[in-house]
Amino acid sequence: MPERIIVPFGPQHPVLPEPIHVDLVLEDEKVVEAIPSIGYIHRGLEQLVQKREYTEYVYVAERICGICSFIHALCYSQGIEHIMGVEVPDRARYLRTIWSECSRLHSHLLWLGLFADSMGFENLFMRSWQLRESVLDVLEDTTGGRVIQGTCKVGGVRRDIGQEKLDEMHRALDPFEQNCRDLGDVFLNDDTVKYRLQGLGVITKDEAYDLGAAGPTARGSGVAMDHRETGYAAYGDLGFKPVVETAGDCYARCAVRVKEVYASIDLIRRAIEEMPGGPIDVKVKGTPDGEYFSRAEQPRGEVVHYLKGDGSKHLARARIRTPTLANIPPLVKMLPGAQLADVPVVVLSIDPCISCTER
Amino acid sequence: MTVKEEQTIIDVALENLTSEVERVHADGYRLVQIGCTDIDGSYEVNYSFDKGYQFKNLRLTIGPETEVPSISGIYWGAFVYENEMHDLFGIPVTGINIDFKGTFIKTAEKYPFSVTRAGGDRCRNV
Repeated sequence: MPERIIVPFGPQHPVLPEPIHVDLVLEDEKVVEAIPSIGYIHRGLEQLVQKREYTEYVYVAERICGICSFIHALCYSQGIEHIMGVEVPDRARYLRTIWSECSRLHSHLLWLGLFADSMGFENLFMRSWQLRESVLDVLEDTTGGRVIQGTCKVGGVRRDIGQEKLDEMHRALDPFEQNCRDLGDVFLNDDTVKYRLQGLGVITKDEAYDLGAAGPTARGSGVAMDHRETGYAAYGDLGFKPVVETAGDCYARCAVRVKEVYASIDLIRRAIEEMPGGPIDVKVKGTPDGEYFSRAEQPRGEVVHYLKGDGSKHLARARIRTPTLANIPPLVKMLPGAQLADVPVVVLSIDPCISCTER
Repeated sequence: MTVKEEQTIIDVALENLTSEVERVHADGYRLVQIGCTDIDGSYEVNYSFDKGYQFKNLRLTIGPETEVPSISGIYWGAFVYENEMHDLFGIPVTGINIDFKGTFIKTAEKYPFSVTRAGGDRCRNV
């Protein structure tokens, strides 16, 4: 039996923009066990809910993560609206959908770049991030912020998008989609990418479901689960089917994200075409008294905001379960059997977001 | 807003926790999360499960020093949430499949969300 050694992976590593640590137990170069640990930057944001008014906490929720910031604000706002029985105007639901899908687009393009970088495919990395810039430009143009938008609030949204701007966005979607399809063609069909990713870090459909995997990690293994199917925001009006792959390897998780880029473009296009008129918010009176598990689909998977109000202006509890936390057990199961050189690719394949995990 | 999901909350006693979780597992639910809330010096622990967007919660109410049996023998991935329960709230969880013994989440202060923690930065509603 070969001698076993432990190699620490992270918390500082060239492919990790944020700190996560995994102790890799190796036999020669092969991983036989992986033991993760987190908590290097835990911020205690859940406790902050008891010191901020429930309307102000939207800003905190949005700052849980710099990538899926808008969807955190949306999920929190929806939870409060459910507790207080607030009906959001139709136009606000559609605007929320457009900004949510812009968030997903720029998150997936960011991830595709990082993933290409982890494979050593540098010009694919640069092309992905070049396309991401145009999504950030749209977010900046329509909300004023590239990373933190600040447009979602309890009762609707703070900013509207004028018809002229919507038309401009609609016209830009066709060339943008063509660029994304050209990029996706490399990820899906390039021999180097396939050779590097296929058969690597496999989890089966049953394992993914039983381990509580979320988002593209679950859908890459054939679990057809996407919270947009429940119809929150305008997804119920627009209709939506999850993108699913079945191989359960790193290539399948990559393919899900590539195809979700196309799906997001389609959702934005239809949301613009079907955008209703009317107000963008309603006045919210009173304080939340009750509890609700609000759920939404982030780029990395299902996020849960458990909110509990006691009738005061502060919430008694906000508990946030982010998708990366749910995807740590699947990661622990994916790594054994991989070579040490493949570990960065496997770790990145769950799209770990540590600022979400360390909320 | 038409959200197609049902949410149920079922109170369970400590001695029935594992058998209830086994029943939920046998019914084909996946584990979504385990979360704690402090309620006047005790804890409310929500075990959340989902099957086809039906959201079911088993709710356990325990004192601060009460030992809770791990459900990681039923749901392997529960170790993440159970170590979090221990490291942030100080709730002793017995029989976790991967027990980090307090080192999973590294915090400057031990059990920062514990209801028994003293100091001005303590939870407002305790």
